[in-house]
Amino acid sequence: MGLWIVIAIVVVLVAALIAVYNGLITRKNRVAEAASDIDVQLKRRYELIPNLVETVKGYATHERELFEKVAAERAGLLTGSTGERIQASNQLTETLKSLFAVAEAYPDLKANQNFLSLQAEITDTQDKIMAAQRFYNSNVRDFNTSIQVFPTNLIASSLGFSAFEFIEAAPAERANVEVKF
Amino acid sequence: MAATVYDNIASNKWRTVGVMTVFVAAVIALGYVFGVALRLTWLLPVAIIVAIVQSFSSYWWSDKVALAISGAHQIDKAQAPELYRLVENLCIASGLPMPRVYIIDDPSPNAFATGRNPQHAAVAVTTGLLAKLDKPELEGVLSHELSHIGNYDILLSSVVVVLVGFVVLLSDFFLRYPFWFGGGRRRDSGSGDSGQVGAILMLVGIVLALLSPLFAMLIQLAVSRRRELLADASGALLTRNPNELADALEKITADPQSMRRMNKATAHLWIASPLHDPEGKTRGWLTGLFDTHPDPAVRIARLREMAR
Repeated sequence: MGLWIVIAIVVVLVAALIAVYNGLITRKNRVAEAASDIDVQLKRRYELIPNLVETVKGYATHERELFEKVAAERAGLLTGSTGERIQASNQLTETLKSLFAVAEAYPDLKANQNFLSLQAEITDTQDKIMAAQRFYNSNVRDFNTSIQVFPTNLIASSLGFSAFEFIEAAPAERANVEVKF
Repeated sequence: MAATVYDNIASNKWRTVGVMTVFVAAVIALGYVFGVALRLTWLLPVAIIVAIVQSFSSYWWSDKVALAISGAHQIDKAQAPELYRLVENLCIASGLPMPRVYIIDDPSPNAFATGRNPQHAAVAVTTGLLAKLDKPELEGVLSHELSHIGNYDILLSSVVVVLVGFVVLLSDFFLRYPFWFGGGRRRDSGSGDSGQVGAILMLVGIVLALLSPLFAMLIQLAVSRRRELLADASGALLTRNPNELADALEKITADPQSMRRMNKATAHLWIASPLHDPEGKTRGWLTGLFDTHPDPAVRIARLREMAR
């Protein structure tokens, strides 16, 4: 009788452990998937930039410095950690603002349909990157909560799980952007 | 202590679970009482099956019916890029698949979501909503609609409709059953004790049959109002800005125009009740029980509270 009780307890414990482990794996994979969603949007932005620059170059030939800055920051979209790449994207947004401001001086460019749709598309990719970042953070929040609640917190680290960091939209990086007139 | 968005979502979820549990228990008890009173053991299972079959079809085609009734037409990205992009971005932020997007030609600002699951979902907005709301407000409204999809509210309301339909069906059956004339014939003669119990059960059954459809419908409306508040809270969590939706709700409720194609059957789907009542004249606790939506003033106050 006593043996059966011990066996039952062991079976229940093992089943609970399997359930907890599988739940954590599911949530961890969701975080990974959310991270790759961010990459998809960054990649899309990376691919759109050359079209925009080419279109602007056709009208505004004297903005070489600005084009170089865009090209340098564009490279940052695909290098470094996800946080660094998002930061690069935020910086690129600021640079693109000056590029769009330059376009104001060229009426032909401003009337170019191709330019206008590219402008809308590229502005939208930034919104999508931010949306993907929010989705990532909410998945990180769910995962972190699930490994920090009792009693999972007692076994999470021995199962090899550790908390993810949120991707913060650092307000400090805004201060680094030079505004040129 | 001010309630956070998370508190709101948690409390709304638990209240919905509570209401549903009480409802299901009440329905089973009702079926049991009627079954015993009429001495029909098959009544409960048969009624359940009939109610489920009846409602399953309406659930399966819920999106098509609702969209057709409201005269919505589907649009693609090229036709309304701004609207389409807002929906796309909110879907990325919430992890939902992209729903179909519809526009309804109506000057009254309103919106609804439908579809039996996120893979078969649709969001519809009126032209009035697009014209009268600015971009952040529109984003607030769309986040509320996508939350309905993400929270499986279409499924939930279908389940509630099944339960209400079941109660109505049972009560109807009970009142029409010819026990008034020949019901006693089947009873074993000589068991006077059980006859007395049967008579009491019969009386209880009649009272229940008369009152329960009304209560069932009141519960259905209470669930609908609860899910509206939940969608407000999860929508606010999605955009991280409860004020967007609060501003939008203020504009929508202040708008004097009623919907042209108003339909009572779909009234609960819309973000704000299509029957406009800007001054809140008809609002009281009693009429409040019959509303599909919570008092807009309460919704706005809750959102403002979250924003603080």
